[in-house]
Order: sequence, then structure tokens, then C-alpha cells
Amino acid sequence: MRYMTAETAEAASSALAAEPGLARVLAGGTDLLVQLKAGMIRPDLVVDIKKIPGIREITAENGGWRIGAAVANAELKEHPGVKADWPGVVEGANLIGSTQVQGRCTMAGNLCNGSPAADAVPGLVAADASVTVVGPSGTRVVKVADIPAGPGRTTLAKGEIVTAIHLPAKAARSSDAYLRFIPRTEMDIAVAAAAVSLTLSEDGTITAARVALGAVAPKVVLADASTIIGTKLDDAALAALAKAAEAVCNPIDDKRGTIEFRTSTAGVLARRAAVIAYNRAKGVK
Amino acid sequence: MKSIPVSTTINGDPVEFLCTPDEPLLDVLRNRLGLTGAKEGCGTGDCGACSVTVNGRLVCSCLVLGVEVEGAQIETIEGMAHGETLHPLQRHFIEKAALQCGVCTPGILVAAKSLLEKNASPTDEEVRYWLAGNLCRCTGYDKIIEAVQSAAAEMRGEV
Ligand SMILES: Cc1cc2nc3c(=O)[nH]c(=O)nc-3n(C[C@H](O)[C@H](O)[C@H](O)COP(=O)(O)OP(=O)(O)OC[C@H]3O[C@@H](n4cnc5c(N)ncnc54)[C@H](O)[C@@H]3O)c2cc1C
Ligand code: FES
Ligand code: FES
Repeated sequence: MRYMTAETAEAASSALAAEPGLARVLAGGTDLLVQLKAGMIRPDLVVDIKKIPGIREITAENGGWRIGAAVANAELKEHPGVKADWPGVVEGANLIGSTQVQGRCTMAGNLCNGSPAADAVPGLVAADASVTVVGPSGTRVVKVADIPAGPGRTTLAKGEIVTAIHLPAKAARSSDAYLRFIPRTEMDIAVAAAAVSLTLSEDGTITAARVALGAVAPKVVLADASTIIGTKLDDAALAALAKAAEAVCNPIDDKRGTIEFRTSTAGVLARRAAVIAYNRAKGVK
Repeated sequence: MKSIPVSTTINGDPVEFLCTPDEPLLDVLRNRLGLTGAKEGCGTGDCGACSVTVNGRLVCSCLVLGVEVEGAQIETIEGMAHGETLHPLQRHFIEKAALQCGVCTPGILVAAKSLLEKNASPTDEEVRYWLAGNLCRCTGYDKIIEAVQSAAAEMRGEV
């Protein structure tokens, strides 16, 4: 295994593209080093992207935020602006691992690792966030939802790296929330998860919403949010949302959660996350 | 695998070492530099026994490559006491019997110090969440929380 630090995104991309063997990006390393240790992968080249200028910075952009791909989640949590605009995104990112893991792990690494249970991903998808991808054939901007391809797989081509995550401008009277179910209170992988982002009119009617579910399908899935649009999130709307969430679940069956349990839990979490996002959007604490 | 020279600062002292590209910082500290305070409980980020700070951030040294710390500032448990003078956390851990076998202790002390630098008056719940990535198989945690809180009180000048 060779190790290099890239000075630019283009240099990282060409080194990754030129490597005939297995090449991997290194961000926080909290997935990569575990995979190395377990002997799951034996990369020939590891390219550390943390020295690329701007990749560890959070900057305001078009009313929203540009979060560099190597911003550690602990740094994200300490950023008051992002947390105020997208509390659900930040709470998802901050559920990852322990304080120590937070000190290193990144949202982009969480996304590119391709786990169906990745905690930062549903919040980003509900927020309709995008990423900038730099690769051998140039730069493209892609929706976060289009990156995961299945367990451990992404739509990134060889040599492509994510350089930044873009959170759109937060609309007036809008907010978001993320909830996951784990059998303990900390340090576990989601059995089911839901993120809800919504916008209200002045009278509290939902005018726009996105609901993304994690850990209940090979990749993050969107549930039909029209079930709550046009409502004030009354019981009937919440029941319809839970049903819509259950309808898109296609989970695995394992010792951590049966298909039935994961499916019904996803419905419950979607309802609860919707209520939290709704209250946040109304300014209720 | 070809070794790479790395220059870094550990507990305030400039340190240079050679390591292979796949070598965790924890192995560098323990096997190459003789800093055996950080322990390997799991090697995969789950137990926190290997906790150190890199540029002021609490991390698991088993999940950092040695080659990544070029130019970084590292603090380990070895830098916590000043000569014979223990850090208040270390003293309170002894006084409150917040350790038994001691394998988790260096990591917990480093993690607790990092918490108190950010938050001088944490609640018990905040201490428990901050230390959720530090496993202890002996104490049952209550004494650890008490020791952190009494050290914090002393450090705030309340004792
Ligand atoms: C103890 C522990 C607990 C954990 N708990 C959770 C949890 O609760 N929830 C959860 O979702 N995850 C959890 N994880 C997994 C991991 O911490 C997260 O997935 C994390 O966000 C990965 O980010 P990273 O920067 O460390 O990624 P890395 O390990 O650096 O990279 C992960 C993968 O993505 C690729 N990659 C990274 N950045 C880029 C980029 N910019 N462009 C292209 N490819 C890239 C890498 O090549 C690698 O394949 C845990 C891990 C540990 C060790
Ligand atoms: S040895 Fe690093 S977390 Fe267990
Ligand atoms: S004192 Fe033995 S593991 Fe904590």
C-alpha cells in the first residue's frame, strides 16, 4: 500500500484514476481503517484528501452552505449557522459513532462508504443536498440521492471524488429532523431511520416536504411525501405518512431487526421525525 | 512496504519517526516510540482505550494512520502529569477508585480532559455521552463519572 496526500482535487483524481490496482480515498478513515484492519480490502494506493485547500471548510453559498468533503462531523456540529438552518442534517451526522469517531468522520465519507444504514445520508437526501464530484472527465454536481448504488457501492466512477456537499438555502418556515432506532442509546448502527424536511405556509399548512428512510432498503429511499403536503400534520396525515414509509421499505431480515420490525419502525420514525420538523419549522422548541 | 519519515510534535516535543503507510498511529506510539499509555482494546474504534488528541481533537489513535500526523500536534496520556504532579483528573480517579484493571483509564483520562477543556461544567449526562466511546469492563462507570465531576469542580476552583 502506498500513501499520498493530494494538494488538489484534480491531483487526487488523476492519481486514483491512474492506479491500476485498488485505490481508495482517505477522509476521516473511520470506515477505511476498520476495513484495512479486518483485511476486507487491500488497497494499493490510499489518497489522503484532507490537505486539499478548502476541503475542510464550511462556507456560506447562495443562501445555503458548502461543506467541504473533509470537514469532520465534530467541526460541523460546532458550526452555528449550519445547525440553525439544517438541524436534522447535523443531528444525523452527529449520531455517527463516539466523540472520538466524530473527531474524524465526515458526511462525505459516510455517503461514499455506501452503507444502507449511513446516518448522515437520509438527512442530506431529505434536504435535497448535492455534491460536487471531481473526476478524470471534469467536474459535475450530483444530488446526494444519486450517489448510493447499493450496499458498499456508489455511482462514482473510478477516479471520482466528492469535494463538497451543498445544502440549499433554507426556506422561510422550514426545518428538518432525523431519527434512528438502535437497540442502545449510543454507538450502534441504525436498524431503521427516517429524515423529514418540510416547509410551512403562514397558517401552518405543509407546502413542501421530503421524507427519506435509511437502513430499510439497499440504499436510502424516499417515501411519498404528498401524504402530508397540504395538511397541518393531523393524525390522518401522520397515519398516511407512516403507511407511505412502510410501503417503500425493502429491508433485510437479520438478528438486529426482522423485516416486519424494520418496516413498522420506519413508519413510526417517519411520523415522529415529521412532528419534530413541523414544530421546529413553527419555531416551537 | 516502504517506510515513510514523519515529523510531528508529541506532548510538546518534536518527534520524528519512520512508519509503514498502513501503520496505525497507535502502533507507532506503542511500538516505535515507547509511549505505551494508549492501549489497544479493539483496534477498530469501538473501545476508546487508544484515545489521544490530534491538533486538539479527541480521536482513536487506532483509526489514524501514522503517516497522517505529519506536522500535527499530538497529546497523549504521557503528557498529562507534570513530572510527579498528577493532573486533577488523575488524582480524582485514584481517590474515587475510578479504575480497577486500568486498561481503559488512559483513554478515559485523555477523553475527560478534552471534555473539560470544552465544557468546564458538564452535567452527568453530558459526561456519559462524551465518554460513550470509552468502554470499561470493570467499574460500572459510576465512579468514573464521579471522579470526572469532582476533578471538574476542583478545576473550577470550587473545592
Ligand atoms: C466505532 C464506530 C462507530 C460508527 N458508528 C456509525 C454510526 O453510528 N452510523 C454510521 O452511519 N456510521 C458509523 N460508523 C462508520 C463511519 O464512522 C462513518 O461511515 C463515517 O462517516 C465515515 O467517514 P470517514 O470520513 O471516516 O470515511 P473514510 O473511512 O475516510 O472513507 C469511507 C469510504 O468512503 C470513501 N471516501 C471518503 N471520502 C470520500 C470522498 N470525499 N470522495 C470519494 N470517496 C470518499 C473512502 O475511500 C472509503 O471507501 C462508525 C464507525 C466506527 C469506527
Ligand atoms: S483500540 Fe482504538 S478504539 Fe479500541
Ligand atoms: S478499569 Fe478495567 S476496563 Fe476500566
